[in-house]
Amino acid sequence: MFKILRRQEMAQGTVVLNEIEAPLIANKAKPGQFVILKANETGERIPLTMADSDPKKGTITVIYMVVGKSTALFRDLKEGEGYQDVIGPLGRPTHIEKVGNVLCVGGGTGVAVLHPITRALKEAGNHVTCVIGARNKDLLILEDEMRAASTILHVCTDDGSYGHHGFVTQVVEDVLKKETIQQAVAIGPVPMMKAVCNITKAFNVPTLVSLNPIMIDGTGMCGGCRVTVGEKTKFACVDGPEFDGHQVNFDELMLRLKAYCEEEKHCYEDYCQLTD
Amino acid sequence: MAEKTEQAGRVPMPEQAPEIRKRNFDEVPTGYTVKMAQEEAARCIQCKKPGCVTGCPVGVDIPGFIHLITEGDLTGAIRHIWTRNALPAVCGRVCPQEAQCEGNCVMAKKGKPIAIGNLERFCADYEREHGTGALPPKAASTGKRVAVVGSGPSGLTVAGDLILKGHDVTVMEAFHKPGGVLVYGIPEFRLPKAIVAQEVNFLERLGVNVQCDTVVGRTVSLDELFEQGYDAIYLGVGAGLPRFMNIPGENLIGILSANEYLTRANLMKAYKFPEVDTPIPHGKNVVVLGAGNVAMDSARTAMRLGADTVRIVYRRSREEMPARKAEIHHAEEEGIEFFLLTNPVEYLGDASGRLTGMRCLKMELGEPDDSGRRRPIPIKGSEFEMETDLVIVAVGSGANPLLTQSTSDLALNKRGYIVTEPETGKTSKRGVWAGGDIVTGAATVILAMGAGRASANSMHSYLTLGW
Repeated sequence: MFKILRRQEMAQGTVVLNEIEAPLIANKAKPGQFVILKANETGERIPLTMADSDPKKGTITVIYMVVGKSTALFRDLKEGEGYQDVIGPLGRPTHIEKVGNVLCVGGGTGVAVLHPITRALKEAGNHVTCVIGARNKDLLILEDEMRAASTILHVCTDDGSYGHHGFVTQVVEDVLKKETIQQAVAIGPVPMMKAVCNITKAFNVPTLVSLNPIMIDGTGMCGGCRVTVGEKTKFACVDGPEFDGHQVNFDELMLRLKAYCEEEKHCYEDYCQLTD
Repeated sequence: MAEKTEQAGRVPMPEQAPEIRKRNFDEVPTGYTVKMAQEEAARCIQCKKPGCVTGCPVGVDIPGFIHLITEGDLTGAIRHIWTRNALPAVCGRVCPQEAQCEGNCVMAKKGKPIAIGNLERFCADYEREHGTGALPPKAASTGKRVAVVGSGPSGLTVAGDLILKGHDVTVMEAFHKPGGVLVYGIPEFRLPKAIVAQEVNFLERLGVNVQCDTVVGRTVSLDELFEQGYDAIYLGVGAGLPRFMNIPGENLIGILSANEYLTRANLMKAYKFPEVDTPIPHGKNVVVLGAGNVAMDSARTAMRLGADTVRIVYRRSREEMPARKAEIHHAEEEGIEFFLLTNPVEYLGDASGRLTGMRCLKMELGEPDDSGRRRPIPIKGSEFEMETDLVIVAVGSGANPLLTQSTSDLALNKRGYIVTEPETGKTSKRGVWAGGDIVTGAATVILAMGAGRASANSMHSYLTLGW
């Protein structure tokens, strides 16, 4: 068992943080890599990009939004309880180097994945401008952490309840108009990453995105996570999860993420009825 | 019609009727009774120079264990098999006996080879259900530590051999359950998972330490294993990279590699969804591309999941189909259709990105190709469409680079497989052996076990005498 040492609810309980005891993984984990978690014997294998790792404490941290039965099972694990299986670190780490001015854009729980990457980019000597967003103030996560990790932080909410009123894309465009940016990183819901990439492409700013398609093994064996990047099929688990966002076929990814939407809906509804 | 699997004279193994079994996941052949086994064993003429043993990649003394069955010593029979083969319950079920032991049986000339696979299975099952549980003798501890990477058939063979020789053995598995292809690949109805678990448990009782959730190459590297004090490492990680057709439309929803489809069904038990959480697509008109054992397993799984039609689409003819004869026969009995000399050229989908059909070409056979088989050539103007909502691609696999690329001093061939000394399984890296599909490319369970045996012998001499 992989014990949960710390559990914290965020965004009014819709997002949960778990700090998990996994010394072997913590020893190797780098920003941008993911793990696969399985709650119990009958559970699904769920890939989540790590939000943090601490080799000294031997822990890794994941932050996820509760969207279906599997993440609801995760939510219901208490401190001191644990995951039956945690596998990793998987995928390629983010390539961190000093390029000058970097723009980091995060939406929803993507901010959790963006945080260690932002921190590493700043530690590497970059000037890091960050734009993070959420639907409203209550759903915004890791604001303080992101402020500490970046040089400048912009916050947006879709409804205007906090920070800039509107989508991250508007702020991204403003930043790109005013500053010369060498590299961008965008992590969040697929439509957000697509929209950000459309803008950065117009400004010719190379943009990394982190993809989270459906996968089973996470080691290149099943091919379920295939994505089209630059007209070529790639496996997100071993070739990614980060790719050149200007080459990713986001529309195909959005469709493929819906492969099991019916099954997922039924499964979640049954689980909610059982636990109510 | 397909030829009969069981020739006249052999005691047939009872099996579930096709109409019933095609909709359940219970094992198809139900096993011999003691009486049946003894009747079949009595047919063995106990050759002085047994061809069957030569045909067995791990050299089981077949006449020896069959003789013990005729004497009624079933406890002795299984222990006699164990001296050469740690996984008899598996081999009895999945080995291509017709090309190995049974193919070399003197009685095969008259078309009635002894049912060696059935008898091996019987011994293992009898031990599991009625046996004493007594373990085979183990040599005194050598104090040497061995890491076995991958818990498939070759890894388990190495583990079984080396633990008996007195070494300390840890098996590392990337998945959350041990067994490799025996667990994620071969379906329940052909190899019940409880049997694999029992074979693994047998090794654990012997003292093998099984560590799941460990992706060697990611969680820990080979050099780190040596630093941790391991004296020798065996790599049996399997092939594990699915091949696709590389034709337009391949990323539509409803096109899965056989690896993914079978892993969902077998390892994740998705056929029990929603009792378990992992879903699996239920196709109405299912197409399986390829005609090997993996293709047959996929097709028969789709039938059990309630498909209206299941079609095997294969570009060569019946003669070239690589699957075990028994699997083809079972598939046909269950209503799987065969579209031979047919090759897909494009997948068709709807606006929501879901598969709706497949455009195919008819083929004819030309001159033999590199594989020695006649090359399939497209027939001009033969294009036609086939309706399908689920395609399972079972056209083979390549070498998974996850481990090999993270180990710089491991020599690979140009296809990415590990280069080894054929007799010993030694790789270019000191203290590291390899065997099974990551060396040969996708092959059979028993060949992987044979490679494991050869490496285990070489590792033992290294651990006791030196490189």
